[in-house]
Amino acid sequence: MSQTGSNKDVSQESLPSEQATAHDGAVTTADNPFADPGLPPHQHRVQDIDERAAKRSERTIALLFVVSMLATIGFIASYVIFPIDKIVYVFPFGHVSALNFALGLTLGVALFCIGAGAVHWARTLMSDVEVADDRHPIAAEPEVKAKVLADFRQGAAESGFGRRKLIRNTMFGAMAMVPLSGVVLLRDLGPLPEDKLRHTLWGKGKLLVNQNTNEPLRPEDIPVGSLTFAKPDGLADDDHDFQKEIAKAALMIVRIEPEDIKDKRELDWSHEGIVAYSRICTHVGCPVTLYEQSTHHVLCPCHQSTFDLSDGARVIFGPAGHPLPQLRIGVNEDGYLEALGDFAEPVGPSFWERG
Amino acid sequence: MSTATDNRRKAPAGERVADWADGRLGIYSLAKANMRKIFPDHWSFMLGEVALYSFIIIILTGVYLTLFFVPSMAEVEYHGAYVPMQGVRMSEAYASTLDINFDVRGGLLIRQIHHWAALIFLASMFVHMMRVFFTGAFRKPREINWLFGFLLFVLGMFTGFTGYSLPDDLLSGTGVRFMEGAILSVPIVGTYMAMFLFGGEFPGHDVIPRFFAAHVLLLPGIMLGLLVAHLILVFYHKHTQFPGPGKTNKNVVGMPLLPVYMAKAGGFFFLVFGVIAVLSALFTINPIWALGPYRADQVSTGAQPDWYMGFSEGLIRAMPAWEFVLPGGYTLNLGVAIPLVVVFPLVLTVIAVYPFIESWVTGDKREHHILDRPRNAPTRTAIGAAWISWYLVMLLGGGNDIFAIHFDMSINAVTWFVRIAFFAVPVLVFIVTKRICLGLQRRDRDKVLHGREAGIIKRLPHGEFVEVHEPLSQEQLYTLTQHEQPKPLETGPEVDENGVRRKVPRTQKLRARLSRGWYGEGTQIPKATPEEFKEIQSGHGHH
Repeated sequence: MSQTGSNKDVSQESLPSEQATAHDGAVTTADNPFADPGLPPHQHRVQDIDERAAKRSERTIALLFVVSMLATIGFIASYVIFPIDKIVYVFPFGHVSALNFALGLTLGVALFCIGAGAVHWARTLMSDVEVADDRHPIAAEPEVKAKVLADFRQGAAESGFGRRKLIRNTMFGAMAMVPLSGVVLLRDLGPLPEDKLRHTLWGKGKLLVNQNTNEPLRPEDIPVGSLTFAKPDGLADDDHDFQKEIAKAALMIVRIEPEDIKDKRELDWSHEGIVAYSRICTHVGCPVTLYEQSTHHVLCPCHQSTFDLSDGARVIFGPAGHPLPQLRIGVNEDGYLEALGDFAEPVGPSFWERG
Repeated sequence: MSTATDNRRKAPAGERVADWADGRLGIYSLAKANMRKIFPDHWSFMLGEVALYSFIIIILTGVYLTLFFVPSMAEVEYHGAYVPMQGVRMSEAYASTLDINFDVRGGLLIRQIHHWAALIFLASMFVHMMRVFFTGAFRKPREINWLFGFLLFVLGMFTGFTGYSLPDDLLSGTGVRFMEGAILSVPIVGTYMAMFLFGGEFPGHDVIPRFFAAHVLLLPGIMLGLLVAHLILVFYHKHTQFPGPGKTNKNVVGMPLLPVYMAKAGGFFFLVFGVIAVLSALFTINPIWALGPYRADQVSTGAQPDWYMGFSEGLIRAMPAWEFVLPGGYTLNLGVAIPLVVVFPLVLTVIAVYPFIESWVTGDKREHHILDRPRNAPTRTAIGAAWISWYLVMLLGGGNDIFAIHFDMSINAVTWFVRIAFFAVPVLVFIVTKRICLGLQRRDRDKVLHGREAGIIKRLPHGEFVEVHEPLSQEQLYTLTQHEQPKPLETGPEVDENGVRRKVPRTQKLRARLSRGWYGEGTQIPKATPEEFKEIQSGHGHH
C-alpha cells in the first residue's frame, strides 16, 4: 500500500492490507463457523449421467441449427417474392411492409437459433465444472521496478536530456508550436460572425408574403383570431440560401383589437391591430407555432416557452430569456402590408455579443 | 524447424497453419495464457456483452447504409417511390434516406436494425455502468477501465446524436437547431463556434457532411480503439467475481474461455442480433418519412430526442429563463448555458472521476476482485440510486409536454414539479436507499444468527406457536459474513505528544468527514461475529 506524503496525517489503520477474506486463516469450522468452506462439489447435470438425455440435447441443438438454415432460405425467398411496396395487415402491428416484416423475422430467427443452439450446447453438453485460476499481483516486483528505473536513468543520462537544457527547451518549444499550424487550418471552417446574426432579409418596403400562397398580404387578409405565416417578398423556396434566410426571417402575423394591445410600442409598430413577430423562438430557435386566439399567447412546441403577443411578446412561461422581436409594419400605396425596416434586434436565440 | 529432417511425421493442416502463424506472431504463447482463461458466471456480466455485440451490429449495418446514403445538403426535388413526398424539395441526405427505406429492398430493415441497435447499445452501456458502479467493480485496479467505459458511453451519445441528425428530417433538424442555440449560449466564443461548425449561419450546407465524417469515421474510430483497450484490460485484470465459497481476492472461479465461454458469448452475439432483427421487423423506430424534410420554419409538436439525450432536454426545459445583459453590452444566457455548458459537463466529470473520489475518501488503495453486494456499501449504493433518480427526473422533464397531454395536466405544473424534484428527489432517494441497505444488512445478520425462516409453524407442548428456523449452510454463512466493515479515517489527535497543537490541513478534515459519511455511524449494521453465533447456537431455544 503506497502512501503519498499528503496522506500521512490520516491514519489508515482502519484498513487491513488485504481485502476481505477475513476468515482466510480459519482452519476448521469448529473454530470459526463462518470460515470459507471452499468450492462446493460439482453437481452433475442429467446430461452428465444419462446418455439418453445427452442425446436429446444433441438433437435439440441440431434442430435449432436446422431451423436457422431454413430461416435463411426463407429470408432469400422473401427477398425475391415480396415486392418492396407491398403492405399487409398483421395483427396486432397494423399495416406493415410485407418485405420488411418477412425479412426481419426470418433474419431474426436465423440468427437467434444459432445463438440458442450454441448456448444450449454450452449449458448442457460442455463441461460445467468450475475451475479456480490464480490471480497474480499486477504491480511489478521490487527488483523489476529497480531494473526499469535504472534502465530509464541510464537512457535519460545517455540522451543528455537533463544536461543539455538548450536542446530540451527548444525542442519543447518546437513541439508546442507545431500544432498551431493545425489550429490555423481550421480557420476556414466558417466565416467570422461579424454582424450576420443581427440582420435578416427584412428591410424598408419589403412586402409581407403569405408563406402558403406566395401572395403579398393585405390587411383585410388577416382576420381577428387567425395566425398567418409570412416571409419576405423575393425569397423563393428554391433559393440557394432559402433555409438560412427563412431561419431568421420567418414571421407570424396576428390581428388583435387595438384596445387589447397592452404594450405601447407594439401598438405603434402595428397596423390597425395587425402585429408581426419573429417566429424564431428566443430560447434555442424552434419556430413558434401554437397560437391561442382568446389569450393571444403563442407557445413554442419544443420547450414550451410562452409569449403574450398582446403585450410585446413578453415571456410568460418557459425557458426563453427575452421577448420575440417585433417587425414594424405599415401599408404601402397599393394597399399591401410592408415592413418599415429590419427587426430592431437580432432574432432567435441570444448570444454573447447580442447586448 | 527445418522441414528436411521433419518429414517422417506430417502434422495436421490446422497445426501447420498454427505453426506458420506462431513463427511470425507468437500465437502459442498468447493462447497459453488466454485459451483456457477462466471467466466467472453471473447474469449481470452479460450486460457489457450486449453493449459489445450491439456495437458490432451497428458497425455492420452502418457500413451497409453508407453504400446508399448521400451526405449532402444540396436541394433536390424528390421523385422516388414514396408517393406523399413526390415533388417536395429536400436535401439529398433526406432523399437518399427515403430511397433506403422505399427503393432499396431490405434497406428499411437494415436502417431499423441500425437505429434499434444504437438505442440498445446506449441502454446496455448505461446498465452495464450501473452494474459496475453498484458492485464496486470500478475499484483498483480497474479505475482506468472505468474511464475507458465512460468515454465509450459519452462518445456513444454523440455518435448517436450525429447519426440521427444525418437524415435531415424535420425532427432531427429541430435537434440540430437546438444544438446551435446551445452553442450560441456559450459566453464569448459561442457565435464563433456556431459559425465554424455550420460553415456560416444555421443551417448552411456543411453540417450534414461534417456530421457524416464524425459519425462514420472519427467517433467510431476512437470508440473502436477504446473498445479494444477496454477488452484487453478485462482480459488482463481477469474478471471480478461475486463473493461465495471458494472465491477469494486471489483467485478467479468459473469456466474456461474454450469451449464454454466461446460458445456462450459467441452464441449470445447471435441472440442479441436475432432479437434486434425481430424488433426491427415488428416495431418501427424513427419513421423519418412521417414528417418530411427539415425546414427552419417548420416544427412538429411532441418533438423528442432519442432517449439517451432526453435528460439534456429535461435540463433545458426545467431551467428558469435567466438571461442577463452585462455592462458593455454582452449577453449572458444562463438559461441555456447552465444546463448544457455547465451542468452537463460537470455531471460527466463527476461520473468519470468517481472511482478516484471514492478511493480518496475511503483511503482504500488495495486491489479488489471480489465484488461488493450493493447493500454492504450503503453510501455508494445510495449515491448511485440518487443519481439514477435524478436522471429519471430529467428524462421526465424532457417529456413534460407528453406527460401534460397524456395525463391531462398543466404543463406549468409538470415543469414546476420537475424543478422541485430536481433537488428534492435525489436527496429523498439517497436517504431511502441507505435505509433499505441497512435493513437488508439487518436481515443478513438475522439470517446468519437465527437461520432461515422455514415457513413451518410448530406448536410447542405448552401451546405456544413458533416458526422453525433452519440454520444456514456453511456456504451461505460464509457468503453473508465475508465482507469487511472498515472504520472511517481519522485526522489523528489535535495535539501531538509534546502538547503542541498539530495543524490538520483542511483537505484532511474534509476527507475525514466524508469518510465518516461513508463508513461512520449509521452506515453499516455490525455483521454477526462468530462469538455471537456460537452463543446463540449453544443456548438452544431462547428464541
